[in-house]
Amino acid sequence: MIEITHATKRYGEKTAVDDLTFAVRPGVVTGFLGPNGAGKSTTMRMIVGLSEPTSGTVTVNGHAYREFTAPLHEVGALLEARAVHTGRSAYNHLLALAQTHGLPRSRVDEVISLVGLEPVARKRVGGFSLGMGQRLGIAAALLGDPEVVMLDEPTNGLDPDGIRWIRELLKGLADEGRTVFLSSHLMSELAQTAEHVIVIGRGRLIADTSVADLVARASDGAGVMVRSPDATRLRELLAGPGVSVRSGERELLEVHGTSSAEIGALAARHGLVLHELTPQTASLEEAYMTLTHDSVEYLAPSEEDRPLMEIAA
Amino acid sequence: MSATTITPHPRLRPAAGRAPGRVTPGNLVRSEWTKLWTVRSTRWSLLAAFLLMLSGIAIAAIRVNSHPIPAHLSSIDMSVAGYHFAELAIAVLGVMVITGEYATGMIRSSLMAAPRRLPVLWAKLAVFAAVTLVTMLVASFIAFFAVQAVVSGHGLQHAITDQNALRTVIGAAVLMAGVGVLGTAVGALTRNTAAGISSVVALLWVLPVVISLLPSSISNSVNPYLPSNAIASLASNTRAAHTLGPWAGLAVFAGYAAVLLAVAAVRLRRRDV
Repeated sequence: MIEITHATKRYGEKTAVDDLTFAVRPGVVTGFLGPNGAGKSTTMRMIVGLSEPTSGTVTVNGHAYREFTAPLHEVGALLEARAVHTGRSAYNHLLALAQTHGLPRSRVDEVISLVGLEPVARKRVGGFSLGMGQRLGIAAALLGDPEVVMLDEPTNGLDPDGIRWIRELLKGLADEGRTVFLSSHLMSELAQTAEHVIVIGRGRLIADTSVADLVARASDGAGVMVRSPDATRLRELLAGPGVSVRSGERELLEVHGTSSAEIGALAARHGLVLHELTPQTASLEEAYMTLTHDSVEYLAPSEEDRPLMEIAA
Repeated sequence: MSATTITPHPRLRPAAGRAPGRVTPGNLVRSEWTKLWTVRSTRWSLLAAFLLMLSGIAIAAIRVNSHPIPAHLSSIDMSVAGYHFAELAIAVLGVMVITGEYATGMIRSSLMAAPRRLPVLWAKLAVFAAVTLVTMLVASFIAFFAVQAVVSGHGLQHAITDQNALRTVIGAAVLMAGVGVLGTAVGALTRNTAAGISSVVALLWVLPVVISLLPSSISNSVNPYLPSNAIASLASNTRAAHTLGPWAGLAVFAGYAAVLLAVAAVRLRRRDV
């Protein structure tokens, strides 16, 4: 469980994280979304105690990270910025980290084989590709078999096979009851992994909701596509307050302000033939784009304007 | 990377009676020991310092074969003369043991593993100072006995039990460890290799030159208290004018190191990384 309560982080004049409040619960994969520069990495650095919030609190399993006497057992983190001495081998890097907690060498071998780095474990990290560096970072994150796994843009530089591997790994970790929190600036990347999403923009919370809900909400008012040989007649019947109808081509209508059920019933009452009746759903990517694009208007400063917050207790 | 088979995540099951790990000073020392020896710069810098510490042997050989031999030539001082060259290598290594972590981002891994932060700095200093002290002690004793062998036919020979001999020989190794600690403190303050090395060079080598350009009434009273001159008193047999005694010198140098370390510690504790 990660809990962030009214956390604000300022760097001089710039506010990177602005009164952010959310929680990441165990047992599910939670995605952390936002455009580049939204404050995701800053938030993650506050979670692992590398940055102190200017105000507010950030806790993991109920404690400030700096209080932990065995932090590698609590949180395993992969940060976006590199955190490895390039002159050291992968094995020695992991060994030095394991030794801080008195973990055995056998655990180092375990995580190396887990991420598939055996062939290069004794090579200097400086020569690693981006993907190999990510695998090493994931190995380091899993070293202490942590309760919370937090990964910042973990699929950066990974090939499709590596991406699939990460997805399976993260789902497995969540199924074991761990808290899994991963960031991305691409919704599509998270859609297949995360059940829950936290969306931020300009350091502020935009949405804290399930992936399914996010799509449903974005689809709200997306309209209904109707194809009918009696399009002209149907259009007349549909006309009314609150309903708008657009027509791009003959026999095809795009109806807003009413449901597909009502359109179907209306057509049946008047004996009109329908060839197609399709409620439009926004894709997850569209939902996300809408949210983050409108983040400025969406986030008027008053509390009332933040109905999407679902703060888990 | 080529295809990777998906393997189940191996749980870390503590063996019977063995508690899961946690951060202790001893564990941090082991970690810092590994970190120190698994980067190339350590071996090369220590090797360079070791060999330069022996350069007093060559100096002695040259001086006893040039005539006339100066009246007050001390074979004890000659045996430790190598520290003048060796200390640069150790000062630079001292800076790099910490700025190397900042330059590569390793510091983030280090501080995520030990978020109380200060124990990391103390463990790093302890390991580096101990390694420097031991290797430099070996070099210092080798240099002493070799120099005595070189000067044996010229009536300049000293035994290790002679007055000041043991203190000077051990003092040279302490000086090296002290300069290394100072380097690490400066590195922790600057968080940058280039800035750290130039700062430590300015402190130990440029400052004395600048002070010596001042009128002697000022420089004579300031010079003894400069860190490089203060610690040099510990590693010299003969006491020159306007220098501190060996123990006063050591105390002054320790004061500088303590102040720099205190500021570095506060900065490490407070600043984001």
